[in-house]
Amino acid sequence: MATRKTATKTAAKPNTSAEELTAYYRDMLLIRRFEEKAGQLYGMGLIGGFCHLYIGQEAVVVGLEAAAKEGDKRVTSYRDHGHMLACGMDPKGVMAELTGREGGYSKGKGGSMHMFSKEKHFYGGHGIVGAQVPIGAGLAFSDKYRGNDNVTFTYFGDGAANQGQVAETYNMAELWDLPVVFVIENNQYAMGTSTKRSTMSPSYWERGAAYGIEGEAVDGMDVLAVKEAGEKAVAHCRAGKGPYILEIKTYRYRGHSMSDPAKYRTREEVQKMREERDAIEHVRTMLLDGGHATEEDLKAIDKEIKAVVNEAAEFAKESPEPHLDELWTDIYAAEIPQENA
Amino acid sequence: MATEILMPALSPTMEEGTLAKWLVKEGDTIESGMILAEIETDKATMEFEAVDEGTMGKILIDEGTEGVKVNTPIAVLLEEGEDASAAENVSTAPAAAEEAPKAAEEAPAPAQAAAPAVVSANLDPDYPEGTEMKSQTVREALRDAMAEEMRRDEEVYLMGEEVAEYQGAYKISQGLLDEFGAKRVIDTPITEHGFAGIAVGAAFGGLKPIVEFMTFNFAMQAIDQIINSAAKTLYMSGGQMGAPMVFRGPNGAAARVGAQHSQDYAAWYAMIPGLKVVMPYSASDYKGLMKTAIRDPNPVIFLENEILYGRSFDVPVLDDYTVPFGKARIWREGSDVTIVSFGIGMQYALEAADKLAEEGISAEVVDLRTLRPIDYDTVIASVQKTNRCVTVEEGFPVGAIGNHLGATIMQRAFDYLDAPVINCTGKDVPMPYAANLEKHALVTTDEVIAAVKDVTYR
Repeated sequence: MATRKTATKTAAKPNTSAEELTAYYRDMLLIRRFEEKAGQLYGMGLIGGFCHLYIGQEAVVVGLEAAAKEGDKRVTSYRDHGHMLACGMDPKGVMAELTGREGGYSKGKGGSMHMFSKEKHFYGGHGIVGAQVPIGAGLAFSDKYRGNDNVTFTYFGDGAANQGQVAETYNMAELWDLPVVFVIENNQYAMGTSTKRSTMSPSYWERGAAYGIEGEAVDGMDVLAVKEAGEKAVAHCRAGKGPYILEIKTYRYRGHSMSDPAKYRTREEVQKMREERDAIEHVRTMLLDGGHATEEDLKAIDKEIKAVVNEAAEFAKESPEPHLDELWTDIYAAEIPQENA
Repeated sequence: MATEILMPALSPTMEEGTLAKWLVKEGDTIESGMILAEIETDKATMEFEAVDEGTMGKILIDEGTEGVKVNTPIAVLLEEGEDASAAENVSTAPAAAEEAPKAAEEAPAPAQAAAPAVVSANLDPDYPEGTEMKSQTVREALRDAMAEEMRRDEEVYLMGEEVAEYQGAYKISQGLLDEFGAKRVIDTPITEHGFAGIAVGAAFGGLKPIVEFMTFNFAMQAIDQIINSAAKTLYMSGGQMGAPMVFRGPNGAAARVGAQHSQDYAAWYAMIPGLKVVMPYSASDYKGLMKTAIRDPNPVIFLENEILYGRSFDVPVLDDYTVPFGKARIWREGSDVTIVSFGIGMQYALEAADKLAEEGISAEVVDLRTLRPIDYDTVIASVQKTNRCVTVEEGFPVGAIGNHLGATIMQRAFDYLDAPVINCTGKDVPMPYAANLEKHALVTTDEVIAAVKDVTYR
């Protein structure tokens, strides 16, 4: 049964090494700089349509990826750039997909919301709020069916948490002991509607208790807390005990999408979060205060990240648009080869 | 007065059943609610309860009797004070179903009543000449197809409501749990959106799920997962991953189940690129196309029909019988008109062709079998020969498959047409419950005949 916790969990003690901490800093910074660049390219008209930035939420995916092993799967919503970078997908391929070019992960046919990587076990990139939740449970089903110990991280937001299919999935995931970590990225706003205005019982993780699913709330601005909770959740799943819910309290600094003026919250609220709770600043302080890195060291990392992001942006601009023939490809898979048949 | 106990109809489509077991004997005192007998329908064994009180006077149908028609007297119940002689004068012929008073305008007879039990008019076989054939119901053919594919490929599994322990709401999965176990034949809660999504995820993960919807009406709860997740992911991922899976279940009208349970989704799904859509008529096509569907690396919508489940057809006896997608079957060659249909619509098409032949009109009957892909060439070739075309389907008239065929024929064979293409479809109304209204709401054989006469100017 679910253990009830009222306080949001923060890491009790540093469960990491200086080396790992530096790596988390680098990974989070990559996401932030990448997203800032994406915002810039959107403003220049190089990226079209919907573009949902992950700025502010970086510690969530970086902390959880620290708890994953090779073979684990992940699936998320349309706010997916951070997840892709955190699981090791190439920033060039992601950015080129944003610009709708041949060099993108989906050859330009998916866009910001629809990217996939079989190699990195990243299963999208889903544009319908909540649809990825049963899909994530289904990916976990496939691993359980095959009898391996892989786990699927199924990410969704506080908005999706109110979708009926989430409740349907909780029920079956626990019924069938599926190895799935449900990660609720609670950034407090479902587009423009705050959790207070949308949700009767805003402690989302506690809903698992109705299905016998264990879970907890986690401070999503603390990458070490996320990592620690992730390790616990993953161990639970790998031990065959069924699903686990992590409600990760986080905050998005930008609007819901590029076209969102974010009038539903005050500038002060955002500013306060940035100044007092920023996940990257938190790690930066830990590194400096603990004497694990110097300002110079961190500057070098900043520079390195900037180069990676600029290279991705250049690639995304230079990669050609897909050939018109691509309109007609990938609608149907070819017949299953004889050896698999 | 002695009361006849009649063979009950225990499902919307039951026409006959087996009187499996009597649980009372002559002379027993019967109380209302007592279980009198076990009756096997084509779907399930049901307990049959007494409605009236009395004494069991005479058992008219012995246990173990098969093919007892609905409404046949099976026993006589005596009232208090009556003796057994009161039971003597009862015949065992099925009573005529009690007719409802007719509406002012007479409804045409239900088309399915006249359908022959075994159809063997294959002019273009999908198997070698001389292949041994056996008579099989659509239900058995489907079960065999799934079982054969599950034996062949460990990654194929079946999930849905009541597919395992209940043996299938319509008995399609009978025996599969016993053979393949609970790992591969999985009962789900009643949660279509959720389990369809889980199956899509399992398919992304490399498994080959068969998802049974108890009926396709309930798949509307899951249609987002079918279309947005299953059908589009291959394209959205630039070919990296897709959903090799089958969504199957009964589609269209059954009998008297009302508006929410009687819709034909053929045209809905046929509209979606990324899906393949199959809607067979005969048992051999159900079998061969289901095997092809399971092997296909794409999401396949497999639209079955409850009324056809119990119908028998010749099925080739072959170790591995498959039918390719996108190949129509010409059931009957003709020269005056082409009738194109699919699924249960074929019943009206074939009946109409029989009746038209008596009047000297020679109809060619084409069964599309798959709606995505569609075998346009066979239709066009036939229209080029007959110069006239009537399409037949049970679905709604707006945006019907027939509309699409008509447009295609206009584009590709305009100069061959001697008359406009006529679409015979279901009526543009939600399905009514009343028996006479339901018959009118569906397409009828008479309408097909009238349409053929229109296009042949007879």
